[in-house]
Amino acid sequence: MATQPHDQLTETGAPLDERRRDFIYIATGAFAAAGAATVVWPLVNQMNPSADVLALASIDVDLSPVAAGQAIKISWRGKPVFVRNLTPAEQAAANKVDIKSLRDPETLAERTKPGHSNWLITLGVCTHLGCVPLGAGEGENRGDFGGYFCPCHGSTYDTAARIRKGPAPKNLEVPAYVFKTPTQVTIG
Amino acid sequence: MSFPWAKHYEPTSAFGKYIDEKLPIPRLVYNSLGAGYPVPKNLNYFYNFGVLAGVALVLQIVTGIVLAMHYAANTQIAFDSVEHIMRDVNGGWMMRYMHATGASFFFVAVYVHIFRGLYYGSYKPPREVLWMLGLVILLLMMATAFMGYVLVWGQMSFWGATVITNLFSAIPLIGETIHTWLLGGFAPDNATLNRFFSLHYLLPFIILGVVILHVWALHIPGSNNPTGIDVKSKADTVPFHPYYTAKDFFGLGVYLTLFAAVVFFGPNVLGEADNYIPANPLSTPAHIVPEWYFWPFYAILRAFTVDFPFGLVPAKLWGVLGMFAAILLLFFLPWLDTSPVRSNNYRPMARIAFWVFVGDIVILAICGGKPAEEPWVRLSQVASAYYFAHFLLILPLIARIERPLPLPNSISEAVLKRHTNTGAPAAQQLPGAGVAELPPTGHAQPAE
Repeated sequence: MATQPHDQLTETGAPLDERRRDFIYIATGAFAAAGAATVVWPLVNQMNPSADVLALASIDVDLSPVAAGQAIKISWRGKPVFVRNLTPAEQAAANKVDIKSLRDPETLAERTKPGHSNWLITLGVCTHLGCVPLGAGEGENRGDFGGYFCPCHGSTYDTAARIRKGPAPKNLEVPAYVFKTPTQVTIG
Repeated sequence: MSFPWAKHYEPTSAFGKYIDEKLPIPRLVYNSLGAGYPVPKNLNYFYNFGVLAGVALVLQIVTGIVLAMHYAANTQIAFDSVEHIMRDVNGGWMMRYMHATGASFFFVAVYVHIFRGLYYGSYKPPREVLWMLGLVILLLMMATAFMGYVLVWGQMSFWGATVITNLFSAIPLIGETIHTWLLGGFAPDNATLNRFFSLHYLLPFIILGVVILHVWALHIPGSNNPTGIDVKSKADTVPFHPYYTAKDFFGLGVYLTLFAAVVFFGPNVLGEADNYIPANPLSTPAHIVPEWYFWPFYAILRAFTVDFPFGLVPAKLWGVLGMFAAILLLFFLPWLDTSPVRSNNYRPMARIAFWVFVGDIVILAICGGKPAEEPWVRLSQVASAYYFAHFLLILPLIARIERPLPLPNSISEAVLKRHTNTGAPAAQQLPGAGVAELPPTGHAQPAE
């Protein structure tokens, strides 16, 4: 016991010495934890989208070949986008619905641009689990509400691409886009 | 730790003595898989499946390392590189079919192993940690199998990846960020495929590590047995080698025969034809199904179709929570089933509940493999409700009200009685008739 140098300090007050040691332990531990966190962050962050993936973020689409009642499917950020030219009857059907009765209440006007209310541009990604709904292609099943129908789990969307039936929680997402000319649109 | 009567390792050769002093691996093997490990002498063939699962893991690692020598984790060529393995690589078709079929057989072995544990109460004290380590292995296996299936980059791979990674977007507030982070983009793409390949190569070795912990945790209390009662004396056990090494090798022979039969005569019967179509991000297959071993959980995922309560929590989030809860619930099983009797052989009510539960899982599996339409949706809702009721209501209730059959005094007694009373099995079932028949001192010595 006599070989331990700390024994000499006990006469001046062992508790003081122990507090100093506790402080050193905690400070060392905290410093190590902060260091570990700074090492972990780059390891986590490398999994976020890389610069080249983010660079493909916007595309231009020519609307002139899409006749009323037709829709086209284009690829944006690796996901399909539905561009649909609504007929007056389809717009009227969408406007007739009582908004309060909807799961995700939105009007057709809120989901289109002013002056272009016939152009319904949405992601072709079911908000349930990400399948591509049917209805954009010629002759595909458009479901009970004339919009889109997801074959995976039966989600049914109306002519404003709003969820009406099935497990999906939200309407088909409307991406950010602007009309450059009446027949030219930039998505993203 | 082992029983006091376990045989001690004695190195015989000079080299054996030398190694035993420096790195006693032969001693470790002797004490865990050799004559130094006493095991209850009444284990039946259901106890082979742990070893079979271990062999299945090794087979997956070996065939997987070989496949990785020829596979290319790039969305442009991944599908073609798999076809290259099938058509051009020497014996590549066999390696791939062994790996794909091997995954199914691995799950068969593990599921039988789990149901064995459920029937004989192997999850009860003192084996709770052993049970939970097994569940960790199951979760790791599921993640590994899912990511491996994506690597093929066929239609089912792509859309399976889309659906499963989308589960994480159901998490409130941060779900979308997590989803993008997991994928490394906005939809499954090259970044996703690459990281899945990296993790699919890593996780089997993590599984191997947890398997070692699982075996370690097993060797502390020793194996459970079909009577569920503790080992009391040397008469209750036999050494693992040669008794169970021989029994396991026989079981392995049967298992590998069946495995070879499927690999060579029906390698695609367990798979989906749609996965032989290259991935197309713009077209969803009409009917997305995971591999058969995920069907019960997929059925639970799809069983939630309405927002409740009062439309507050979306159905999608309920489905995700339900699916994960279905597995996480098993971690609490040792404390939900409070009956002190382990084996269902002596629990008349729990035994019935067990078989109803097995039937429920089969119904869920059938529903999970069908399209999301009636009557399968309604059926999967009922079956999912029963799944949770089994663990949260039925088992705790049975543990309170059930009157178990009398337990034998020892494993030896149970074994001997079965051999002497074969003519009148019904008499054993009478309450109170079991214990008093043999004097407790009447242990027979094993014929070693």
